[in-house]
Amino acid sequence: MAYHSFLLEPISCHAWNKDRTQIALCPNNHEVHIYRRDGAKWSKAHELKEHNGQVTGIDWAPESNRLVTCGTDRNAYVWTLKGNVWKPTLVILRINRAARCVKWSPKENKFAVGSGSRLISICYFEQENDWWVCKHIKKPIRSTVLSLDWHPNNVLLAAGSCDFKCRIFSAYIKEVEERPSPTPWGSKMPFGELMFESSSSCGWVHSICFSASGARVAWVSHDSTVCLADANRRMAVASLCTETLPLLAVTFITENSLVAAGHDCYPMLFTYEESQGALVFGGKLDVPKQSSQRGLTARERFQNLDKKASSDTANAAPDTLHKNSISQISVLAGGKAKCSQFCTTGMDGGMSIWDVKSLESALKDLKIK
Amino acid sequence: MARSTLSSRFRRLDIDAYDENRFVEEPEEAAAAEPDAGPEVEALLRHPLRRTGDALQAFHAAIRNSPVNTKNQAMKEQAQGTMLKVLTSFKSSEIEQAVNSLDRNGIDLLMKYIYKGFEKPTENSSAILLQWHEKALAVGGLGSIVRVLTARKTV
Repeated sequence: MAYHSFLLEPISCHAWNKDRTQIALCPNNHEVHIYRRDGAKWSKAHELKEHNGQVTGIDWAPESNRLVTCGTDRNAYVWTLKGNVWKPTLVILRINRAARCVKWSPKENKFAVGSGSRLISICYFEQENDWWVCKHIKKPIRSTVLSLDWHPNNVLLAAGSCDFKCRIFSAYIKEVEERPSPTPWGSKMPFGELMFESSSSCGWVHSICFSASGARVAWVSHDSTVCLADANRRMAVASLCTETLPLLAVTFITENSLVAAGHDCYPMLFTYEESQGALVFGGKLDVPKQSSQRGLTARERFQNLDKKASSDTANAAPDTLHKNSISQISVLAGGKAKCSQFCTTGMDGGMSIWDVKSLESALKDLKIK
Repeated sequence: MARSTLSSRFRRLDIDAYDENRFVEEPEEAAAAEPDAGPEVEALLRHPLRRTGDALQAFHAAIRNSPVNTKNQAMKEQAQGTMLKVLTSFKSSEIEQAVNSLDRNGIDLLMKYIYKGFEKPTENSSAILLQWHEKALAVGGLGSIVRVLTARKTV
C-alpha cells in the first residue's frame, strides 16, 4: 500500500486525471492544488485560486480533461487546460447556500451539484450563448444534499442527503441528449422525476454509489449502517448495521462487493449476497504495521500512569495506515466492475493507494466476489 | 466601543421560518395502543421460586413490547421503569448469557434502554447498567452506541 502524506491539514476532496498521473486536491482552504507524479514523489504542478470559500467538491472529466470545482462560496467553476494554465469559467448555480458535492456525468456533457439549499443543480453547456446553464431538482428534497453519483446511462442520478434518505432522480436534459431507454429503475424519466426513494434510516447519508451496471445503488449513513438497493429485486433494500463508527465513503469494486471507509480510519469490505438479499461484512482492509514490542522504561511507565492512568504497555496510537478519518474513496484502475486499485484520502492529509490483489493475498480470509 | 448603537433585534428573527420551502415534520401516524408488557413482566419477576429462565423470559418480554413507535411519554416512562427492574434483577453472571440471546435489533434496543437509564441514576442502577453496557458493547460494538445517538424513534 502506498501512503503519501500531502499535508498536515485534512484533504477536503480530491480527483484524479485520466491516466492517474495527476491528482487535484483541496488542502482545506479556498484553493485547488494539482500534484504531478514524479516517480515515487509528488510535485505541485498548479494552484487554482478562484473560489472565495472552501472548495467542497472536485471532479476531473477523464475524456475532455476538464475540472469542475464547487465551494462554500455558492459557485462552481469549470476549468479547461489552455497551454499550461487552467482557465476557469464561472457557472451560476442559483443557490443561496454552500455547494457540497459535484460530479461529471459519464458522457461529460453535464454535471450535478448538491448543495445546502436543499436542491441539486444540473448544469449543461448551451452552445448559442456560450454559457453554462443550470436546472434545479427540488422536490422532495428536505435537507442538504451530501453526495451524488451518476448512473451509467447518463440520465439517472442518485443523491444522498441529510434528510436521512437516498433518492434516484432523472436528470434528463433534452437539449444535450436523446430520450433514454427503459432501465430496471423505471421507464418514464422526465427531468426531476423521482425514480426511487429509500425509507428513512436514521442518519445523514454521507456517500452513495451506483454499481458498474447501474442496477444497484449502495449508500452509507451516519447511524453506522450500510444499505444497498437492488433494482432487479424490485428495489428491495438490504441494510447492515455495522459495529464500527459511521462510514463516510463507499464505492463498488465489483458488482457484488463494496469498499467503505469512515471514522474508523480503515477501509472495510462488504459483500452483497444476491440469493439472500443481504449485506455481509467481509473484513477489515488494513495491513497492520508490525510494531516492535519494546519494553517501557520506568520513566515512560510513570508518565503513562500520570497522563492516562493506565499501566497498559500496549501502544495507544491506532495501528491503521490513515491516522484520522477517511473522507473519500476513488477507484483508480479497473472501473467499478473489476477494481484493481483504489485510493483513499482523509483528514490526516494523507492519500493512500490500495492494491486489491495484494490485499487479497495479505488478508487470507478475504473473499472478493 | 462597547455596544453597537444600531438595533440588533433582527438577530432574534428566525429567517428560515419565513422560507416558503421550509421543512415541516411529517405527522406521525397514530400508533395503535401498544400492549402493555407491565403485568406479564411483573408476574414473572415476582415468582417466589424465580429461576434464571424466568428472568430471561421477563427480559425478552420487556424487549418485545418496547413502545418505540408511540409518542406517549407516560407509556415510555412506564416501559423504562419495567425494563430497569428487569435489568437489576439479573445476577452479574447471567448478564452475558442474556445479551448473547438477543439479535442485532435487540442489542440496539437494549443500548437505548441502558442510556435512558443512565439519564436518571438511582442508588444502585448505574453500577448494574454499567455491567450491562460492557456486555452489550462487546456484542454490538461502537455502532450500537452511534445508533442510540442518531435514533429518531426513542425508547
